[in-house]
Amino acid sequence: MASSTRVTFPNKLLPYLLLAPQLAITAIFFYWPASQAIYQSVLREDPFGLSTQFVGLDNFRRVISDPNYVNSLQVTVIFSVATALIAMALALLLAVMADKVIRGKGIYRTLLIWPYAVAPAIAGMLWLFLFNPSMGTLAYLVRSAGYNWDPLLNGDQAMVLVVSAAAWKQISYNFLFFVAGLQSIPKSLIEAAAIDGAGETKRFWTIIFPLLAPTTFFLLVVNTVYAFFDTFGIIHAVTGGGPGKATETLVYKVYNDGFVNLILGDSAAQSVILMIIVIGLTAIQFRYVERKVHYG
Amino acid sequence: MANVELTNVRKVYGNSVEAVKGVNIAIEDGALCVLVGPSGCGKSTLLRMIAGLESITDGTVKIENAVVNNLGPAERDIAMVFQNYALYPHMKVYDNMAYGLRNRGMPKDQIDKRVREAAQTLELTHLLERRPKELSGGQRQRVAMGRAIVRNPKVFLFDEPLSNLDAKLRGQMRVEIKNLQRQLGVTSVYVTHDQLEAMTLADTLVVMNSGSVEQIGAPLDIYEKPASTFVASFIGAPPMNLVHVTADNTGLILKDGTHIGAEGLTVPTTGAVIGFRPEDLEVAAGHEKHIGGLQLDLKVLGVEPVGAESYVYGVVGGERVVVRVAGRSPSQTGDHLRVIIPKEKLHLFGADGKRIPPA
Amino acid sequence: MIQNNPIGRFIAHIILIIGIMIVAFPIYYTFVASTQSLQEIMRPPLSLLPGNHFWENYSAALFGGVGRIGGVGVDRLLFNTIVMALAIAVGKIAISILSAYAIVFFRFPGRMIFFWLIFITLMLPVEVRILPTYKVMVDLGLIDTYTGLTLPLMASATATLLFRQFFMTIPGELVEAARVDGAGPWRFFKDILLPLSKTNIAALFVILFIYGWTQYLWPLLMTNRNDMTTIVIGLRKMISFADADTEWHLVMVTCILAIVPPILVVMLMQRWFVRGLVETEK
Ligand SMILES: Nc1ncnc2c1ncn2[C@@H]1O[C@H](COP(=O)(O)OP(=O)(O)OP(=O)(O)O)[C@@H](O)[C@H]1O
Ligand SMILES: [Mg+2]
Repeated sequence: MASSTRVTFPNKLLPYLLLAPQLAITAIFFYWPASQAIYQSVLREDPFGLSTQFVGLDNFRRVISDPNYVNSLQVTVIFSVATALIAMALALLLAVMADKVIRGKGIYRTLLIWPYAVAPAIAGMLWLFLFNPSMGTLAYLVRSAGYNWDPLLNGDQAMVLVVSAAAWKQISYNFLFFVAGLQSIPKSLIEAAAIDGAGETKRFWTIIFPLLAPTTFFLLVVNTVYAFFDTFGIIHAVTGGGPGKATETLVYKVYNDGFVNLILGDSAAQSVILMIIVIGLTAIQFRYVERKVHYG
Repeated sequence: MANVELTNVRKVYGNSVEAVKGVNIAIEDGALCVLVGPSGCGKSTLLRMIAGLESITDGTVKIENAVVNNLGPAERDIAMVFQNYALYPHMKVYDNMAYGLRNRGMPKDQIDKRVREAAQTLELTHLLERRPKELSGGQRQRVAMGRAIVRNPKVFLFDEPLSNLDAKLRGQMRVEIKNLQRQLGVTSVYVTHDQLEAMTLADTLVVMNSGSVEQIGAPLDIYEKPASTFVASFIGAPPMNLVHVTADNTGLILKDGTHIGAEGLTVPTTGAVIGFRPEDLEVAAGHEKHIGGLQLDLKVLGVEPVGAESYVYGVVGGERVVVRVAGRSPSQTGDHLRVIIPKEKLHLFGADGKRIPPA
Repeated sequence: MIQNNPIGRFIAHIILIIGIMIVAFPIYYTFVASTQSLQEIMRPPLSLLPGNHFWENYSAALFGGVGRIGGVGVDRLLFNTIVMALAIAVGKIAISILSAYAIVFFRFPGRMIFFWLIFITLMLPVEVRILPTYKVMVDLGLIDTYTGLTLPLMASATATLLFRQFFMTIPGELVEAARVDGAGPWRFFKDILLPLSKTNIAALFVILFIYGWTQYLWPLLMTNRNDMTTIVIGLRKMISFADADTEWHLVMVTCILAIVPPILVVMLMQRWFVRGLVETEK
């Protein structure tokens, strides 16, 4: 069919001009630094910064065998999985409830989307206000219940705090997608299941939840990316990776090693590892997009 | 006013697909020329080359005796009606019609006058303030026409403008387009793959097949004297019956070996195809000899009564044929039917598919 | 329609209300705190109703020349943040709509290469190239400038992909009709493509405004001077639990001031935002 090929304008120079701004920014601020990161990841500077030397994969080897790095990998996985699961489970529950009610749908939505507009770092601070041992009202309540609560000293509690803040911030986003996903399930399917005698709970687990799978999977990827990268602000503002290194995620460590400790080669090697992780996640995301196209 | 002349026009896509292979057509001023042919035969490509939307690989396109090969679509002074109408969805009907005039820098009051006139002609006046999505299919079609006529161009180009309408509306619009074109007297090129539309609209009919012109002529001339088996089977509904024959000294031999009398017909030694229209057959009452006609024995496979007439489907010598009879069919499935093709209604084509004029 | 039982619906309402409380409580609590005096804040538990220091605290934070953040007023921080959010939103939309236009409506050598070059930037977020990016910014003298704060964030594969996807749904016949009507590339862009993209642009504006407003790592790296930083970073600098002098009541006010503008944008443009968000991410 002739219409499958795009109709276009015949200009030859114009498209390059249109692309120029984006390409210029991309080249200077994306490709150049990224290639520098790769370049530096195979170099080592002497302590005085006078000479650099090619060291192959040494930096990677050292980074991977560093117990601190392994620790931050673990921290990242725990943090991401916990954040994604909590944020998605709560959002799904709320979306299913919002789908059920007849009156007030709009109001509920309006009141539930606030946190989307809150910066992750500020989300962290809000939770810190609530839960910091010296002045937080909720911390006060927890402590007066006899529980020894001090996220500034206890690593596990610090993790609970940052996960809560990170998940809280992400509920709105997930909620909106689950609502859209629920709306796209044909009502006739649910009615057919009801006629087939499936009760409400059964309908949810046998019909609705499986049909939501594409949305769920998509959100899983998005939430993981979010937990990996966008939550830097939460960690930086709330715990600074501490106490000890209990909340030091991969991204925080790259920042810390590069800016605070000034270990260039290691920081660059970590950047490259992160790049590989992002590429993996993006690839998964696009596999999913393709699949979705097949389903129509 | 303007005539349109295509000389040896070719189109090669990429450098392999030859979509149009050397086409020559001359369209007189004010005539409505219809390009018809099966899907993919290059009709749209040819039309779009006239419009300037597609570059011309070879040959020349002239409008009003001036070569326009290197002019852009806006400079050729043509207007086009697209299959999907291509109305600007965010503009009101009025603005859709005015847009082309505004781009040409026409003064506002003049634009207004033209748009209102065109709207009047097409009975669109009450719809001018609506957006395309608030219109029915037929109304959108009219707006697309309106957008073409306000421009008062030298040439109208239509690419299957009616194919998105239902059958009844298509019939109505066909008549309207014909009348409008007559009334405005603008040279038009109209692409369709519907042979009925082609027959009823055309002053000049161009039948195309895989990138080449098979035949050009007045619709009825083409109907009566198709230049090839391709044209014969494309124009007319149901299409002309085609039966392959060879000859020996006893008469004609059909595909499955059946002998029939030649009845004075001379057939080339290389074999031939005889053609006859379903409506041109006579059903023989008994087994009497009919003078001056080819006689065929038909095994009836099925009958379709459609009211005023019936179509009898059958096989002759291993090939399928259709016979149209008035009223009810005299025979049923499984019957044998003898039909006679009057000699003057017989078409003869060579083995290459080209028409052999009667001796 | 299945009529679920009223009890089920009642439970649904209850759960939603609890959900809203969880979602809104931290913000509400901060607001309450922002209307209390420092002494009240330091003595938990806090009352659940706003206190009577609203005017006092807010005017102190806004006009009191608060010296907490290295001598920079909140108004300056808010201004910086607005500049950043607006510049990123507008710049990103402009830049990506142009490049998507080039990629979809023109054919030219290298088109697919350029497309992939843009696409791959999806995989290069700031986080994975922190240090070298910082070095480039230093070399270009862009630290502590609005240009440095905004320009590098204006290239976006996501926005370009979104516009590209949308443009590809525009029928070719529409382009041809415009060409027959005498519209060149510029007219087509201005008269047809832009008006048709209105909803997409509005949705993207909200999303990108929020994106710009909530940036953290970038302004943290790109600004040293306190008067060039954003309110989010400013807040971070104000908070110090070790420091007994932290004026928590003013921190709370600043926090509210940092949250309210983007919330307003999301609420007011909710319709576009919700549709855009769900469509963008497909
Ligand atoms: N842009 C293109 N690139 C390559 N081949 C093309 C292109 N456009 C059309 N073709 C080919 O050229 C031939 C003629 O196409 P055209 O669109 O002119 O057919 P058509 O007669 O209008 O068919 P239809 O009745 O289906 O519209 C087809 O074989 C088609 O595949
Ligand atoms: Mg066509």
